[in-house]
Amino acid sequence: MGLVDAFDRLRRPFEGPNTIGNSRAFWVGFLVVLVGLVGYPIGFGSYAASSAALYLLYAMLALSLTVIWGYTGILSFGQVVFFGVAGYSFALISMNLESALTTMLALPVAVGIATLAALVLGYFMFYGEVRDVYVTILTLVVALVLNTFMAQTAGSEWTVGSVALGGFNGIPAIPSLTLGVGGAAITLDGATFYWFTLAVLVASYLGLRALVNGRFGYTMVATREDEDRTEMLGYDVRRVKLLVFALGGALAGLSGVLYATWGNYISPSVFGITFASIPVVWVAVGGRRSLLGAVVATVVIEWFRQQLSATGSQYALIVVGVVLLVAILFVPEGVVPRLDAAIRGARDRFGTSNDTPEGTPE
Amino acid sequence: MNALNLLFQFADNFAFVVLAAVGLAVIFGMMGVINLGHGEFIMIGAYGTTLSANAGAPLPVAMAIGVLVTAVMGFVLERTIIHRLYDRLFDSMVATWALGLLLTQGMRILFGNSIPQVSTPLGNIAYGEFSYSTYRVLLLPVALLVLGGLYVVFTRTEFGIRARATIQDPDTARALGVDTDRMYTATFVIGSALAGLTGALYAPTLTVVPGMGSSFLVEAFVAVVVGGPSVLLGTTLSGGLLGTIDAVFTNLFGTFYGQIAMLLTAIVVIRVLSDGLTGLVETVRNRVEGE
Repeated sequence: MGLVDAFDRLRRPFEGPNTIGNSRAFWVGFLVVLVGLVGYPIGFGSYAASSAALYLLYAMLALSLTVIWGYTGILSFGQVVFFGVAGYSFALISMNLESALTTMLALPVAVGIATLAALVLGYFMFYGEVRDVYVTILTLVVALVLNTFMAQTAGSEWTVGSVALGGFNGIPAIPSLTLGVGGAAITLDGATFYWFTLAVLVASYLGLRALVNGRFGYTMVATREDEDRTEMLGYDVRRVKLLVFALGGALAGLSGVLYATWGNYISPSVFGITFASIPVVWVAVGGRRSLLGAVVATVVIEWFRQQLSATGSQYALIVVGVVLLVAILFVPEGVVPRLDAAIRGARDRFGTSNDTPEGTPE
Repeated sequence: MNALNLLFQFADNFAFVVLAAVGLAVIFGMMGVINLGHGEFIMIGAYGTTLSANAGAPLPVAMAIGVLVTAVMGFVLERTIIHRLYDRLFDSMVATWALGLLLTQGMRILFGNSIPQVSTPLGNIAYGEFSYSTYRVLLLPVALLVLGGLYVVFTRTEFGIRARATIQDPDTARALGVDTDRMYTATFVIGSALAGLTGALYAPTLTVVPGMGSSFLVEAFVAVVVGGPSVLLGTTLSGGLLGTIDAVFTNLFGTFYGQIAMLLTAIVVIRVLSDGLTGLVETVRNRVEGE
């Protein structure tokens, strides 16, 4: 059984009490779904892949909130701040220095700027002992103020280099991402952009699984469960929160760059109150303590919103609101963890379980 | 720039901050629940007022209807949804946000993107080259009246004492025969009614649209954060501070910079005083009494 052993050894770093899906069956299913997702553009064409890429890049934004809220207990309405800051930074950098190389380099630089923004805001909040609801309110206010700010940049005095910020209308004609240098550069659009986004998402998902099931992840969860006790045990909770917030900023920033290049466009509505709260909907419905839940809920909810708004229905937001309320009232832990518990319960009852016991640390 | 002009600007901003924040502050200060649907509660008050006025009711009556509608809505929502979430801080925020979304979109579906507006009554006061709407100037005494009224209700009445007992120690209050559930409901209804009042008062001066709630959010949240846990003192102090800052920066640089300055104030105040302005007052009082 050398192959099975190797498989078990491979999945070990990604498993632990802080994630669902710690079984061979889960990983087999994961690989099957992954193969299906990779094959999606081949089966459905590059237009369908391009629409689906939006859901995948939104899932990155959802992951960033899951790490912050679900695992560390900080509810932030400001993930879109870093999303938007990175998107705008990418636009300004890549459009001012137009070449394949700079477009490629603009990605890490923009993500870096978003991370820096998260560090600065996080420093003021966490080292100022700002807690709980105050963090939530402050992050929301930052997003709203940025929304006001970007919306009033229509005048010609608001240009950075050769690029006008454009006020309400935003910045159009943002270049697509490129990989490679000079003549060998590939422009990512359609199916290639989809694959790139999928790869980034899968890498983030696996990386975060390893993180939350590792030593630092345990500290994050301890901070969420009881901040004072964790501090008593000798952990610097302010540092933990700041680092997690910066990580969340980086993930949201990455998502923001992908967004800006996906539609070749960004506007102040990314800082608006509706968009600011959508990540909270995804994460609350999918399961705030589940990385997988966030991804699944994001894709399902966004697909559904797309279907409804494509038919011109005004009821899309009503449905989102009702789904959110029902989830909060009746499935507070989230849909995916609830399903996971149901599946495991059923399997235990029929006695066919051959998995490693849940909750065994590595 | 003119001193009188600045004074009017200050009065206007002070009234706006206080009125925008007071409903939110009552619910947060007394119950620890952040109502993220606060802006939409204000919007409902404004719609109630404008629609009644359009139907022919005199403005004061229309305003009363606006307040009443919001209070009833607050009562229903508290009994059906909010009261299940009192010990779940984040969930109550998310749930109230969902309610706000439903209210905005619901009003958009019911009444469209705009309704006929009510014009501002009472004309203008002119002074030299400046001219101010009398109605907006009158909002300052109204804001002070609201604060005074709340002070009386929460410190001088049987209800206020029971409500504050519930906040301080629900178990003991219950043991002494206070119906704490009813206190929570009543407080939430008062907070909703105040949000409705804000909507009613600003309905004649703003454009009443489904998304109008968000124009109150920045001021309301910043005021609550800066004010700290004590409702009346906090709202008054932060109204004064933010009103001044907003007036100065708006006069010097334009509306947007007023908002930025308020945000920065909030961050600085929180960084320096974790319990807001009321925390500072408390510390000073303790130090003075200690000597």
